[in-house]
Amino acid sequence: MSENVYYWQALNRALDADLAADESVIVLGEDVALYGGSYRVTEGLYAKYGEWRLRDTPISEGSFTGLGVGAALVGLRPVVEIMTINFALLAMDAIINMAAKIPFMSGGQFPMPLVVRMPGGVAKQLAAQHSQRLEQMLMNVPGLRIAVPATPQDAYWQLRQAIRSDEPIIILEHESLYFTQGSLDVSLEAPPMHRAQVSRQGNDLTIVTYSRMLDLSLRSAEQLAEKGIGAEVIDLRSLRPLDWETCTASLEKTRRLLVVEEDSRFAGAGAEIVAGLTERCFYYLDAPPQRVAGLEMPTPFNAALEAASIPRVADIVDAAEKLCADSQIKDKG
Amino acid sequence: MEPDVLRKMLRDMLLARAFEERAAGEYTKGNISGFLHLYPGEEAVAVGVLHAAEPADYIVSTYREHVHALVRGLPANVVMAELFGKKTGCSGGMGGSMHLFDRERRFMGGYAIVGETFPVATGIAYAIALRELPEAVICFFGDGAVNQGTFHESLNMAALWKLPVLFVCENNHYQIGTEIHRHSAVAEVYKRAGAYHVPARKIDGMDVLAVHRATQEALAQIRSGNGPQFLEFETYRFRGHSMADPGSYRPKVELQAFENEDPVKVVIAETVTYPSAGEIAIAGPDNIERLKGHLDSNGHLSSRQLDAIRIEVAEVVEAAVRFASESPEPTLADAEAALNCNRHGEVLI
Repeated sequence: MSENVYYWQALNRALDADLAADESVIVLGEDVALYGGSYRVTEGLYAKYGEWRLRDTPISEGSFTGLGVGAALVGLRPVVEIMTINFALLAMDAIINMAAKIPFMSGGQFPMPLVVRMPGGVAKQLAAQHSQRLEQMLMNVPGLRIAVPATPQDAYWQLRQAIRSDEPIIILEHESLYFTQGSLDVSLEAPPMHRAQVSRQGNDLTIVTYSRMLDLSLRSAEQLAEKGIGAEVIDLRSLRPLDWETCTASLEKTRRLLVVEEDSRFAGAGAEIVAGLTERCFYYLDAPPQRVAGLEMPTPFNAALEAASIPRVADIVDAAEKLCADSQIKDKG
Repeated sequence: MEPDVLRKMLRDMLLARAFEERAAGEYTKGNISGFLHLYPGEEAVAVGVLHAAEPADYIVSTYREHVHALVRGLPANVVMAELFGKKTGCSGGMGGSMHLFDRERRFMGGYAIVGETFPVATGIAYAIALRELPEAVICFFGDGAVNQGTFHESLNMAALWKLPVLFVCENNHYQIGTEIHRHSAVAEVYKRAGAYHVPARKIDGMDVLAVHRATQEALAQIRSGNGPQFLEFETYRFRGHSMADPGSYRPKVELQAFENEDPVKVVIAETVTYPSAGEIAIAGPDNIERLKGHLDSNGHLSSRQLDAIRIEVAEVVEAAVRFASESPEPTLADAEAALNCNRHGEVLI
């Protein structure tokens, strides 16, 4: 049965379901228990499950994430909430040096059923230290998996799948998505956790995107449709691994690739997406793949500059039109 | 102390010394490469602490952990094979010297980023406390690690939630090449635990019996639900930080002073009856008086028994080197299997 919920509520339902189903699930983080979570994600759970299952931690990102690693080594299923990805920089030793390495360097003796949730992204005038995306940093770590749910339904599905997986998984949320709404049907069967989804069909170009940029890409596709351009929009849902097959199947049809990412362009997620798809689709692309990405600067505090520093619908529409126009010229030539 | 326990501790100390000196030899021959951090001089800590632990306790260790693993009961064969990078090693050749793991013996790994053992141990202890089990975690680290943020963060959490962790500082006075007074404003490490109200003591880490006694007492406190404990063992490594380090920054007289206190020689001196002149020479000049003091007491070990132990550990080490040499190399498929050990055939895409 489908209902309309906020993104944070979908995450809350997922946590509640798994806390109830499995005694080894615990939640750790700053203000996750008594306060109910900075974005309400853990609201009501402390009263239900108590302080040993929902643990308010000191402001010690490195060590409470490392604590999650230790607890996972002996069979707990910790869900660590880091308030924002910017703070997760202090926990990279636990995530990269420990969680991603221990299963491997123990010769396969120790699974790592650890989930680390954190929001990234530009929200509303939080300034340079609170507005980073940083997903590309985690993408280059073998041994990690990264899910980037863009909708309440995916947030619910992917968090539950991550909790039940024995691999270390990062759930990369977005501060501007917590209070967006969408339909949630908890009875639906989830697709594989890392399967990309075609969110809109079209024949003229493929827009590959993820997280909050999905919404902007879909809105751009509507405007493009009015201009007679059919944009297919793919929500990656996962940044590691990447679902190449869904993307290549679409590109075989549209022959034009536009990647939309909020993070700054240089060596960002889009660079890997474009490289991987060019390797696979080079001979049937009609035009060089393009990226719409954030500017190469720390996020400005000023509202207008902040908005201009990341992709807007108009930027996506422009880039798509140009991509289609350029390749038509090429066709004629 | 039971004579049997004493003899076992002595045997483990001798095995530790022989294993490490042989590892150094194999490194020189090129059979072991990479970083190799050796333990001679510090044996009393590993042996005293781990002989006081229960099999159900968890051990979290550092990159200088071969001896912790051996004393915990990992066969010398699989430890040496891991140093050689072989498939038969305790981490399948994927970890190496600094990353020994053994799930069965609750040896939760060697961690090679200084300060990592604190949160890992605290997390294991969190799970124990949540499940209300009578187990404890032993967390090893050196004097250099206490300046990492994780030390303070983890002690704070362990104390706050009364977690069953025994923090064991192996204070060998040097963080690689920097002497403790040049790296710590408070060189009495145990005093820093007091900031978090973790009961802490400083113990002579060259005296295996003192180490053993202090560990038993600390573990008893932990098991009665009183939260974490902290023991600082003052010890010394006779070699450099690793095989790449000659240790030339240390005053000769300092090294000599600690060598005179060599825990292996001391424990022999404490246990052997009626030693020969040769054994007195081995024990070192500073120990002769101490040894003579024991001549009248009933010894626990004859010099013939001591010889037998020496022969036994030499054979164990020899066999371990043979085992490691003859073992197969791991394949890339083994590496993939280790990486995906937790995938259970799950479909990713």
